[in-house]
Amino acid sequence: MSGERRRVVVTGIGVVAPGSMGREGFWDMITAGRTATRRITFFDPARFRSQVAAEVDFDGRALGLSAQEVHRNDRFVQMAMVAADEAVADSGLRLGVGGADDAPDPDRVGVTLGTAVGATMRLEQEYVSVSDAGAHWLVDPRYASRFLAHALVPSCGATELAVRFGAHGPATVVSTGCTSGIDSVGYGSQLVEDGDADIVVAGASDAPISPISMACFDTIRATTDTNDDPEHASKPFDARRNGFVMGEGAAVLVLEELEHARRRGADVYCEVTGYASRCNAFHMTGLKPDGTEMAEAIGRALGQGRIDPAEVGYVNAHGSGTKQNDRHETAAVHKSLGPAADRVAMSSIKSMVGHSLGAIGSIEIAATALAVQRGVLPPTANYEVPDPECDLDYVPKVAREQKVDVAVSVGSGFGGFQSAIVLASPTRRTE
Amino acid sequence: MSLLVTGLGVVAPTGIGVEAHWESLLRGEHAIGPIEGFDPTQYGISLAGQVRGFDPDEHVAPQLKVQTDRWTWMSLAAATLAAEDAGYTAPEDVYATSVFLASGSGGNEFSQHEIQGLWARGPKAVGAYQSIAWFYAASTGQVSIRDGYKGPSGVVVSEGAGGLDSIGWARRVARRGTPAVLVGGTEAGMCPYALLCQATSGRLSAATRPEEAYLPFDRRANGHVVGEGGAILLVEEPGAARARGARQVWGEVAGYGATHDAHHHEDPAPDATQYARAIRLALADAGVSPDEVDLVVADGAGTPELDALELAAIGAVFGSRSTPVPVTAPSSWTGRLMAGGSALNVATALLAMRDGIVPGTAHLQQPVEAPGIDLVQSTRVQELRTVVVLARGAGGFNSSLVLRRDPAGEAA
Repeated sequence: MSGERRRVVVTGIGVVAPGSMGREGFWDMITAGRTATRRITFFDPARFRSQVAAEVDFDGRALGLSAQEVHRNDRFVQMAMVAADEAVADSGLRLGVGGADDAPDPDRVGVTLGTAVGATMRLEQEYVSVSDAGAHWLVDPRYASRFLAHALVPSCGATELAVRFGAHGPATVVSTGCTSGIDSVGYGSQLVEDGDADIVVAGASDAPISPISMACFDTIRATTDTNDDPEHASKPFDARRNGFVMGEGAAVLVLEELEHARRRGADVYCEVTGYASRCNAFHMTGLKPDGTEMAEAIGRALGQGRIDPAEVGYVNAHGSGTKQNDRHETAAVHKSLGPAADRVAMSSIKSMVGHSLGAIGSIEIAATALAVQRGVLPPTANYEVPDPECDLDYVPKVAREQKVDVAVSVGSGFGGFQSAIVLASPTRRTE
Repeated sequence: MSLLVTGLGVVAPTGIGVEAHWESLLRGEHAIGPIEGFDPTQYGISLAGQVRGFDPDEHVAPQLKVQTDRWTWMSLAAATLAAEDAGYTAPEDVYATSVFLASGSGGNEFSQHEIQGLWARGPKAVGAYQSIAWFYAASTGQVSIRDGYKGPSGVVVSEGAGGLDSIGWARRVARRGTPAVLVGGTEAGMCPYALLCQATSGRLSAATRPEEAYLPFDRRANGHVVGEGGAILLVEEPGAARARGARQVWGEVAGYGATHDAHHHEDPAPDATQYARAIRLALADAGVSPDEVDLVVADGAGTPELDALELAAIGAVFGSRSTPVPVTAPSSWTGRLMAGGSALNVATALLAMRDGIVPGTAHLQQPVEAPGIDLVQSTRVQELRTVVVLARGAGGFNSSLVLRRDPAGEAA
């Protein structure tokens, strides 16, 4: 690319996460090392192999959504709207305020929203009615809600956010499975870098705690069967780990071009200095233990910001708690950071908030941005028994006060997707 | 960022393979017909653009077929056709090729079977492949794995605009150093549940005769017909295409622009400001003036309101020309293929440029008033150097792509 690179900063964060309320509730929870996993309450999980999940006690109406917004939207869209409201308020930007003198040019505001499974929950609930609980292949239209077309295609989520904030710039839903939340923020950053927007409302949301999603992970034994002790079910990097805990939630960031943020004197959490993704072209669900493609993504993302691996102080792990993931990811960090890997702190917040599929990438970016801003690293809860194949510093159980100039958040997903994003402190010394 | 289209792969109601599709369009064959497989009349529709004669066994290995939905079979087939058309084989650098497809509704039929099993018989009835067959990234992931492409792959969802948006995103990927990207997408929403979902939009035609059903820009417009299939294209950075000795260049992706109405969750904005802006952004990006555009391949939604808005947008951009801009809506022959449809329209536009033939809009016998716009009613011969392709996605997505027959600097 020629010319001066446009730089991207984070000026607002909103979070809807299990076991907490809002961004600050989320931060308090993960830095206290509390876990949100419990026996599933959304339906009776007795016939399922995995019966625990990290659920959000979410009430869209209580969080500012109108009755009609709740009526027409799946839970994933509702959570995205609530997280986006918090992020935009946090940024101080007056988006969607028609005519205000200090409102940004709406043509220069974009939206990127990640989701892995979109409106599955609503599609399944409606399916139960129209098929009479699976009795009829020829579903009965007399039992259908009129918002099914909305649910069928997840781009409705980007539409709702664009309408909400009057954002006339480019809008899209990003759906790369479990890396959606990183890719969405990555794409949003590219919109700003490439000059197609000055502000992007970027994040991800997923609500997969429904029978069909739980069942399809049951059959491949990707989820935990530690049903008798939910609090300790998610054990990333621990030798006893036995699968991930399903989660749900949303996080949205306000991404802004650096000079735009400076001109209005905005508080900056961090800069997005690089983002890259690679495919392993190996297997839809399997991971080779060597971590080559994830290492490649990390290396490229660091390179974009001309950041030396030795500068990385913190890695926010994918850390799903499956046998293969945690080994794969540990190898990727060794491969990409080299000797610096021995000094880096790496933790998985999935130990506390579970794995919310496409949403978690943005939730983890939110955690990473807060860690960079506040100099506190969230721990890996439940980490007790080391695994010889996972030999990094996983910040066991207790949050750590540590100033970090550069942090990396990584993700890995079905389809072979591997993504990495790099966040740098605005006070980072670059000399 | 200019990209060259070097390969086309089509799996569409009009045919399998780019030439079959083109010949069907030129013959003016209606690919829309009665829905086969079950009686859909209770959903208020009876017609669709189905891909007939598509035998997955000809395109997909048996062990892959059982893991994937019909939508992914079509993507796998179209990706192979595109690579064959381009003479493209995976280069030594495994990171040099990306798969960046649009998706709309995922693995519908596969998923309906599995959800039915779950609710009728319990969790153990759900098979091991549901987790990888239905989600929106399945086709991208499977193509990348089968063909060994490890570049930055992605999936965008913007309903009908997705096919164009995938090309827009491919330019960002290429700008950051990946020289070849498979773009476009396919769709297969023909099982009862997916059809029912689409019918709740209230935008489907209830007509029972193909010549009365999907009539964009006609005074009789009464909604659209759904279709399946789409197209996958190989786009390459010009230097890389030349370096490998690409056997052909279908055309150049010269410009792209996207906006959102941000007006209402389902109603379009009452004016076409943002749609027109998307067209202007793409033209400015390409450095092309409205006068230089030889043809607009329209979205052609097929409802009076959406058609009027599209003509208003086109009129706002092209209305001051000395000659009216020709506008056609080839989706009228196939039905709307959601994310696959705008990708197919790009393929159609490139074919039209190659042969200097503009396919007309199906059964456009009573065109609406459109001052300054030349609605193409039947096939015509016309040299085409610059074509604009438009697409909209339900909810307010507007996208526009500028294609040039002769890449800049290589004008014939």
